[in-house]
Formats: sequence, C-alpha cells, structure tokens
Amino acid sequence: MKIHEYQGKSVLAQYGVPVPKGKAAYTVYEAVEAARGLGFPVVVKAQIHAGGRGKGGGVKVAKSLDEVEEIAKAMLGMTLVTHQTGPEGRTVRRLLIEEGMDLSGAREMYLAVLVDRATSRPVMMASAQGGMDIEEVAAKDPGAILKESVDPVTGFQPYQARKLASGLGLEGDLVGKAVPFMTSLYRAFEGSDASLVEINPLLVTQGGDVLALDAKVNFDDNALFRHPQLVELRDFKEEEALEVDASKYDLNYIKLEGGNVGCMVNGAGLAMATMDIIKLAGGSPANFLDVGGGASADQIKNAFRILLADADVQAVLINIFGGILRCDILAEGVIAAVRELDVKVPVVVRMKGNNEETGRKMLAESGLNFETADDMTEAAGKVVAAAGGAA
Amino acid sequence: MSVLVGRDSRVLIQGMGRHGTFHAIQCRDYGTSIVGGTKPGKGGTTLEGFPLFDTVAEAVGKTGANVSVVFVPPAGAADAVMEAADAGVGVVVCITEGIPTLDMVTVWAFLKDRGTRLIGPNCPGIITPGEKCKVGIMPGHIHRGGSVGVVSRSGTLTYEAVAQLTALGIGQSSCIGIGGDPIIGTTHTDAMKLFNEDPDTEAIVMIGEIGGSAEEEAAEYIKAHVKKPVVGFIAGQTAPPGRRMGHAGAIIAGGKGTAAEKMKAMEAAGIRVVKSPADIGAAVAEVMKG
Repeated sequence: MKIHEYQGKSVLAQYGVPVPKGKAAYTVYEAVEAARGLGFPVVVKAQIHAGGRGKGGGVKVAKSLDEVEEIAKAMLGMTLVTHQTGPEGRTVRRLLIEEGMDLSGAREMYLAVLVDRATSRPVMMASAQGGMDIEEVAAKDPGAILKESVDPVTGFQPYQARKLASGLGLEGDLVGKAVPFMTSLYRAFEGSDASLVEINPLLVTQGGDVLALDAKVNFDDNALFRHPQLVELRDFKEEEALEVDASKYDLNYIKLEGGNVGCMVNGAGLAMATMDIIKLAGGSPANFLDVGGGASADQIKNAFRILLADADVQAVLINIFGGILRCDILAEGVIAAVRELDVKVPVVVRMKGNNEETGRKMLAESGLNFETADDMTEAAGKVVAAAGGAA
Repeated sequence: MSVLVGRDSRVLIQGMGRHGTFHAIQCRDYGTSIVGGTKPGKGGTTLEGFPLFDTVAEAVGKTGANVSVVFVPPAGAADAVMEAADAGVGVVVCITEGIPTLDMVTVWAFLKDRGTRLIGPNCPGIITPGEKCKVGIMPGHIHRGGSVGVVSRSGTLTYEAVAQLTALGIGQSSCIGIGGDPIIGTTHTDAMKLFNEDPDTEAIVMIGEIGGSAEEEAAEYIKAHVKKPVVGFIAGQTAPPGRRMGHAGAIIAGGKGTAAEKMKAMEAAGIRVVKSPADIGAAVAEVMKG
C-alpha cells in the first residue's frame, strides 16, 4: 500500500526520524492557516502517489501568505504529470505545507530500507548522490551505492550506521546525527511492516542537521492486518477505481493501456501467460484479471462487470484451469453472468478440469454468444479474431 | 526415484481447518500417506479418520512424520513453519498465501542452521506421481509418472504445462511449485540442483515469471552444471512495469526483473525458451528426442 509524503513523514516522526515541520491541507484556507503557523519561507508540495513532482511543477516556495494562497489555488485541482504518472497525470487533492529549509551549502543524499530478495534479509542502502533516481545512480555508478545487510535476529546495529555514515563522507558531529537517524529509520521500517522506506533527498544542512526532506513509505499489504491505524491512511482516489472495486471481491484486476481483449483467468501465473499468448496471436490484452482458485459464480459475475466497464474491451477470453474445480459449475456461473449482465461482446471460453465435456455442452446449448476452445493457442486465435484483430 | 517426496513420505497436515481437511482427504485419496493433522486443543481426537495432535513435536513423536503441509492462515503460518522445523520435520510445504514479508525474513533466518527444507509459501506444493505421493493442492489426475522434472513459481500455469506433457504421453518425476512470493524457501536454483542430481529425471521444465532475479541465477547454475535438457517459459512478457501482477513477487521494479532479461539469460545458458505457454509440452518432446 502506498501513502502520501505527509503521511509517511508523520509515521517516521513517530519513530524519532527528524522531518521538517509541516501540515497537510485539503483547501486553500487550510493551506494559508498551516503556513501562518510555520513562518516563512514555506514550501507548498502537491501530494500524489508518484515521484518527480518538482519537475512537473508540484513543489513551490512561498514567501508570504498571499503567495501561499496563490500557489495553493493553482495547485489544488491541477493535473500533475510526472515521469511516474503517465501522460494522463494525476489530480492534486491534497497539499503539504512545510517549513522551508536553508539549502545553501546543504548536501542531498539518499537512504532507503527494503527487503533484498537475493539475500532474503532487509538491507539499508545509502548514496551520497541524493535528489536523483536511485536506478539512475545504480546504472551509471553502482559503486556509489552503499549497502548494509541486516540480520533479522539482531536488527540494524549502530556500527552499521557508522559504516554508512563514514561511506557517505559524513564527519564530526554529523555522524552523531546520522546514526540515530538511520537506526530510527530502520525501526520505522520494521515497526510498520513497510516494504520500502526511501528518503530522497536526505538533507544534511550546513548548520549540521540531518533530516528527511522527502519520504516515500510503502507498506506490505500482507501485514496490514496487524496495523489497523495504517490501513486508514489509504487514499482510494489515488488508485484506479476499477482496481479498488475488484479488490472488494478478492479479484486481482490491473488495467492495461491500449488493449481490447478482456481476460478472466484463475491464477496469477496463468493470467500473465494468457496476456502473453493474446499478444503472440496478434492481439492486445486489455487487463490482467486473476479470479483466484475458486472462481465462484459471484466472482465470475463481478469479474464480467469490471471487465466490461472498460469500454475498450471488444471480446473476452475466459481461461480457467479447473483441476479440482468442476467445469459444469463454472459454465453455469458464466452463463448466469452473461444473461444477467446482458453481455454483448463475444466470449471465448477455454476450460480444463473435471466434467469438461458437460461444461462445454452447456455453453454451446445456452443460445448465447459463446465460442469454446480446446487449448490456449486456439482460444487466443479465436478471441483476437472476435475482437477485430489487433487493437 | 524422485525429489523431496515419494513413497517413504509420512505427511502431517498443519492446520486442519476446512481447507486443510479438504486437501488432506484429496491427498489421501491420491495415495499419499497422511499420518495425521495438528489442531491445537483437539489433540487425541480424530477428524475424517485422521488422528489430531496439539503440537507438531507430539505428532512427529507418535507418527514419525517427515513431511508437513501448512494450511495455517497468514497470521500464524510463519510460526507453523518454525514449529515444524523445530520438531525436526525434513520437508515443510507451505501453501498459505499472504504471509507478511518480515515474517518470512524471520523464518528464513530461523531455517538457516536447521536441516529443514521449506517449499513455498504461496505455492501449490510438490507431487511425485510415479510414487503416488501428492503433497499439496494440485489436481492429481493431470499428472503421470515419468522422467520430466517441473519447477514453477505459479500454480495453475504449472497445471497447464503438466497437462500438456501428460497429453503427449510424457510423465513427470516430480513437480515442484516453489511459490509466488518474494521470499521463498526453495528457489529455482535449489530445485534445479535436486533435479540435476536425481538419476530418474531426464529433462527439466522451468517456469518463471517477472520480478527478482531467481531465473537468471538458475540459468547461471544450469550453464555451469546441468547436462540434462531444460525447457523454459517466463510469464509476464506483456506485464507493465511497477505493477504487482497478482503474486507478491511478480513485479518489474526499477526496470529490473523483466521477462525479456530473463529469457535472454536463459537462452544464453542453453535453455530451450518458448515464447508461448502452449508450446511447453511440444518443446519437451523435442528436446527429449535429442
């Protein structure tokens, strides 16, 4: 789960990570009131779940209340386009009003904690090259990224923080500031079951302060059950409406740009493979949709509803490898859903499992617009043709 | 012969809830020796003919269980895996989907110095059809005994590949679903070592997907050590970057973990990589002809 910068900073602050003073604002009035409490200059930062906001015009400095009002008016409701939002951009609905930091002579660095899949352990990563994409640093100068692997039995240790601080070129009193910053950051990562905590930039001021100028905090969805207070930070407006809708029915749906073949599959791997084979057949998949192992009648109905809410979908491919699931029950669910929702687009069904023949016969005799297929190649060919060829 | 499970496996079910009990029956019907189940507070009773135990240690002591399958819900699944390892169970198969990543970090550290092999989590399990041993939730009837080893991160996609093999008359030695999570007990490389050392496995199918670099690591191993023919497929060739495709581990992050990269590394290792998931069976038939 992703959260906004201001929420991330608030979570980090609870663990003792130093962050600039600031307040969230949903309206121009709130923005002005927030600034009044901070003193000038302040920074007005658009809050969307995407990076690169500065370049897109989503971060502005204000030196007076009038300027705050002017900037907040322009920013709230604007469509912010960054390299992470795609060309359609995101609507700005919330702002962070934050005290302006003295950047003269300050250094911008990078710090992050995540789980390293290669070692199955958490790792803290640091780089003296902050303020730019870490992927870019990794590609150009992999040696510039320092890593400290964390033993989960002991947790992140102060000596590891000292190693990183020294590697970043911090000396004197700054080491004494950087070490508790890093240990607090690790505690925040562990304590909130984060999947990523990224501070970019980490600000080291001339005055000798170390603080998080920006913060990206993502939580592990699987661990949210033990953090009810974090679940409340979810901002549904930042997510695709259909994807939110699907998640209510335990359906895993992801819309793909530019496709016209809707697909409904059981299992994530087979769902990806089905998208791949549609492409190989010359078509273009409109979505990823995993209905899970059970594929109940209710799930199939909701899956159809969500698929067809996408106006680009010209045909639907259902690919279910039943195994233990009975195909006659599956066919019953598909027929009921198509009748009830009055599905007009052609539907190609490929199903494997128990009572396959009965299931096929039921589809054929239903009088509805079904085609059936024996294998994935045939199914993909049929559905791409039904959708009118390539999108 | 086979890998990890076979006719000598004595299987304990951890978590005899509705789901666990259903699959305990399915496994027994297939021919697996299910020696009992755990259900805290119900020790000493039976359920569907299975003796129940309060703890894994007690179950191992009384039944000689050497394999366990975990159906415990996500919040308690990591604990269940550690309990089995502590009781000396050699192979633990964790079916549970949705375990917190940091719980798995703990499990990984816990298992490091113990002799237990974990399969999964978030996997269909492992089956050795020639010895009638099914330890998991896969449909038994699509398998047949033979000499092809199958390893995969996916459930239903594995069934698809297995069904293609069986339809062509090609049997399987063992099929291992290693799971779709970012942290798993047995990797593609581990499975590859097992199949490489198994005298009755003549060819190997490796099914991967986007995310991480496990397939690239397995390709390195194959290049250096494996003489048996290997057929590979990577799901997610059309997946967009930055999105989690159902499995927690299936994500292209920071431009890394794409299908194209993996397929390239696998081809460079001499693996016969197919682009279409429908071609897996036919490709195995070809490489086995030599």
